[in-house]
Amino acid sequence: MSLLHAVILLPFAFAVIVPLLHKYINKLHTGWFVLPVPVLLLTYFLQRISQVQDGRVIEESIPWIPSLNIHFTAYLDGLSLLFSLLITGIGSLVVLYSIYYMSKDKEAIHRFYVYLLIFMGAMLGVVLSDNLIVLYGFWELTSLSSFLLIAFWYQRERSRYGALKSMLITVFGGFAMLAGFILLYIMSGSFSVREIIAELGTVTEHSLFIPAMLLVLLGAFTKSAQFPFHIWLPDAMEAPTPVSAYLHSATMVKAGIYLVARLSPIFAGDATWFWLVSGFGLVTLMWGSYSAVKQTDLKAILAFSTISQLGLIMSLLGLGSAAVYFGYGEQSAIYTGAITAAIFHLINHATFKGALFMVAGIVDHETGTRDIRKLGGLMSLMPITFTLALIGTFSMAGLPPFNGFLSKEMFFTAVLKASQLDIFNVQSVGVLIPVVAWLASILTFVYSMIIVFKTFTGKYQPEKLEKKPHEAPLGMLLPPAVLASLVIVFGLFPNLLAYSIIEPAMVSILPSLADEFIVKISFWHGWSTELFMTIGVVGIGVLLYLTLQRWQKVYNVLPGKLSFNRLYDRALSTLENSSLRMTNSYMTGSIRHYMIYIFAFFIAVLGYLLFKLDVFNWRNAELAELSIYEVVLTAVLVAATLAVPFAQKRLTAIILVGAVGYMIVLFFVILSAPDLALTQMIVETVSVTLFLLCFYHLPKLRKEITSIPFKLTNAIISVGVGVIVTAIALAVTNNRLFDSISKYYLEESYNSAGGNNVVNVILVDFRGFDTLLEIMVLGIASLGIYSMIKLRHTDEPLDKRHGRTKTDKGGKA
Amino acid sequence: MEIMMSIATGVLFMVGTYLILSRSLLRIILGTSLITHGVHLLLLTMSRLKTGAAPLLGQEAAAYTDPLPQALILTSIVINFGVTSFFFVLAYRAYQELGTDNMEELRGGDDE
Repeated sequence: MSLLHAVILLPFAFAVIVPLLHKYINKLHTGWFVLPVPVLLLTYFLQRISQVQDGRVIEESIPWIPSLNIHFTAYLDGLSLLFSLLITGIGSLVVLYSIYYMSKDKEAIHRFYVYLLIFMGAMLGVVLSDNLIVLYGFWELTSLSSFLLIAFWYQRERSRYGALKSMLITVFGGFAMLAGFILLYIMSGSFSVREIIAELGTVTEHSLFIPAMLLVLLGAFTKSAQFPFHIWLPDAMEAPTPVSAYLHSATMVKAGIYLVARLSPIFAGDATWFWLVSGFGLVTLMWGSYSAVKQTDLKAILAFSTISQLGLIMSLLGLGSAAVYFGYGEQSAIYTGAITAAIFHLINHATFKGALFMVAGIVDHETGTRDIRKLGGLMSLMPITFTLALIGTFSMAGLPPFNGFLSKEMFFTAVLKASQLDIFNVQSVGVLIPVVAWLASILTFVYSMIIVFKTFTGKYQPEKLEKKPHEAPLGMLLPPAVLASLVIVFGLFPNLLAYSIIEPAMVSILPSLADEFIVKISFWHGWSTELFMTIGVVGIGVLLYLTLQRWQKVYNVLPGKLSFNRLYDRALSTLENSSLRMTNSYMTGSIRHYMIYIFAFFIAVLGYLLFKLDVFNWRNAELAELSIYEVVLTAVLVAATLAVPFAQKRLTAIILVGAVGYMIVLFFVILSAPDLALTQMIVETVSVTLFLLCFYHLPKLRKEITSIPFKLTNAIISVGVGVIVTAIALAVTNNRLFDSISKYYLEESYNSAGGNNVVNVILVDFRGFDTLLEIMVLGIASLGIYSMIKLRHTDEPLDKRHGRTKTDKGGKA
Repeated sequence: MEIMMSIATGVLFMVGTYLILSRSLLRIILGTSLITHGVHLLLLTMSRLKTGAAPLLGQEAAAYTDPLPQALILTSIVINFGVTSFFFVLAYRAYQELGTDNMEELRGGDDE
């Protein structure tokens, strides 16, 4: 148990005592007790920066299931540190924000903080685990806690719907990812990421390499809301705003990004990886920014904006993977820039998106609505909030002097370089990459402007608002203010991050090129193509924003029918209906149908087997000779048996079955089995007597008026069964493999057990256990019969049955 | 002899199956009885018929029939008797309570 393990497990341990705190100290908001946890973790990770910068990684291992090669290995390098700082830093701010956002009297806040702490611990576990199986466990724990947080207001139907949707999609991806991990284990013989990287030669040559890649990517894409799995994210906005800010902007949706970055050393340099990651990223970027413009709810805009920004980061990771293909040299240095941009934008996005979500929460909190059609003119009423929103949106749109501008420039650089690639068949469509990126950036600019100007400028409409808006309390403004100042600081002094955080993270993603790159982010590149692209974005964006009313009709036409939500809903209902239909088609509730399935299966399987095994080539089996007695007996038996279905009266049928039983008795006599004959005779007599006793109470055997197909089916099935049984009996007669073991019984019956009747000696001496349990069967049957006859569960109350008179009214006499 | 016994067994199974597939509860119980008889004949047939005297050592015969299957059949007869009686009383009670012995009308409720 090292310090690093303690760090991962601390939130879980604290989650246990939160309900107690809530119960016994209700004067103070529970959030204040939770706040020290992320702050403490944040200080721990901040202290580790210099250490990691020098290239010293921390690795601690606890054996968990050593026999399966599963160890709880905590591993802290540049990439883990970056994510841990994000999780704990934004976590602290979100907890602070939620103290003011969640009312301690109206909400079940103890549940809220328990889920939030579980999520925080699980997320730390994901980014700090080196062992893939442990990583998967924490991964599913994030899905689970996210599910609980989205459905926090479980009374609302939309919340439950959104939670279920996110659960289904992310868990679907998680399972695929687990399969991918297991394939990696099969290839390399280890669950540890670093050991797999060490085995790289065998892994990349293996035939399972591509399947493993696809499955792992499925997990990453579903978690990071990449197209077409992005549909859960907008519905997850039903969660309380602190949750949206934390889970759905800064941390959980970045888990997929983390996975792609973490496994880049294994898969990067492969054409499939390059195309899948950058292709899906670019499509997501385009679709997200396109869909964001048509939303009217602040949080929905932010959700689609998150989707598009995640696509941007994903595409950069994909483009940067080309560097590995080139190895050392001039060429690769160009593409490592894409990875730098990805990490830098990841940090930037976490800062400004967290701030924007908190701003949206403040607006919701102070006005009672998030609908931009009802909002407007809040600038003079909420100046601080407006300032924060302005900083966040301008950074998102990629305007100087904020940090979004820098990462956008680097993004443009990367796509321009990628379009000139001469590997992976890029030439044909290469020119599309910068075009798509540029168009998406224009749309990003437009929705960023919509957020800030539709909310804070324009006409103030107090009649549409539920509350009278005023500035939020200081505690609520503090967390977004911190984030906004970070936006400005990273914008002006990007190299603060470059050496301390981005570079070590780059080393983790591209270990094969570790001493190649020196990250330097400069503010001014001179008059480059990227700058002109940005100027174009701003120009056209402003134009589009001003003419928004005229071209928004496009949205009524285009994504209307093509909505993935509808596809998802329809798929779900189709799945349910078709499975219901399928079940109803064969689970009819009729015993006869089930019997038909069983017998048909019996016929099919055994018939096929007999046909395959060729058991009928007649060896000279020793057959007993036939005498006239047996022929007569068999004839009577067969005749009586065949007559049973045709019997019109109950009595006839019972007598016929009895006759069959007595024929069996005679067979036992002829075949020298005296004990059997005795038993069978007594049992048959008692059975027939029982039948006749009950027969008076049983219904008359109606002539079964059934359709011809009904009878025909029954006949076919029963003939089949009869033929199969006969065939098996003949086959066994032909294939006697060895002599019976009964010689021993016959020799030892008198010597060992002192009995002459061998059958009886077997029953009570050699194999006495059978007899004991058979006696039990009879006992249970008789008890069962007794209780069936005695116990009558009627509507009468018990006391009446025991002969007492009832006093209360309303009972039936 | 064995061939004839196998055919008789097949007939017992055939008619038993036919009765089990019918709609009336009484017929179904009779069908199970027939199948049981078939099983006992089959067990006996499988153990080499007519190889000697009955397995009573007092007879001092040269050879005896196989006692082991006989012990098995004896066990089976008794168990089957218990099960059949139980079924029978169950049918009787079901008819008393529900007023029908038609299996199609006795389909399960909604709680399956």
